[in-house]
Amino acid sequence: MASGVKPRVKAPKKAAAGEVVTLKTLISHKMESGQRKNKDGSVIPRSIINRFTCEFNGKSVIDVTLEPAISTNPYFEFEATIPEAGELKFTWYDDDGSVYEDSKKIAV
Amino acid sequence: MEFSRRDTLALGLGAAALTVLPLRVNAAADDAIAAFTGGAAVGEGGVTLTAPEIAENGNTVPVSVSAEGASAILLLATGNPTPGVATFNFGELAGSQSASTRIRLAGTQDVVAIAKMADGSFAKASSTVKVTIGGCGG
Repeated sequence: MASGVKPRVKAPKKAAAGEVVTLKTLISHKMESGQRKNKDGSVIPRSIINRFTCEFNGKSVIDVTLEPAISTNPYFEFEATIPEAGELKFTWYDDDGSVYEDSKKIAV
Repeated sequence: MEFSRRDTLALGLGAAALTVLPLRVNAAADDAIAAFTGGAAVGEGGVTLTAPEIAENGNTVPVSVSAEGASAILLLATGNPTPGVATFNFGELAGSQSASTRIRLAGTQDVVAIAKMADGSFAKASSTVKVTIGGCGG
């Protein structure tokens, strides 16, 4: 599934050192569960994003393992501590081996 | 309509299978819990699971979990064909041990969150969600 995948991240541009900021991420992906059947009755193969990670300057913020029970267009909201100026890196890993990335710079 | 011996036997078998099936679903969830905890006892309290009481559409049910001092949180939907939903592993820069997402639920069921605390203990919280339209296709 390489078509139409678009990651979107909402993060503040500035933060005070040590501040806790809320991050919201959404990626458009159909998250085919592998449970549904098409018109001929054959199972549509599973195609989901199986892992999502967020890092700040190389240090882990969150690492999520996704299962087929996550909705279409997986959405996550979580919080991160920003100790210094740097870059947030978001990575999504697809079942088919594709990796989608996005990053946001945060100034202190 | 007369029941032959064969019909009666088939009916009995069907009924037996029906009673066994829900147990098997729960067993899958129990297996997932055991794999996460490694068989350790799971306590109560310390975990907050926020889920709607009634979800109109099982395709997107907003849930959020938080557990102060947790290193990981496992989220399970006990009534889904595959009970696992997601595992959140919190890193050193996590601002708080909480996260929200949207999940699929096949029908009315219990959603369970199990948190692995920093000291190695486990705690759980569960919440029943009524689903009007299931979210697993078919």
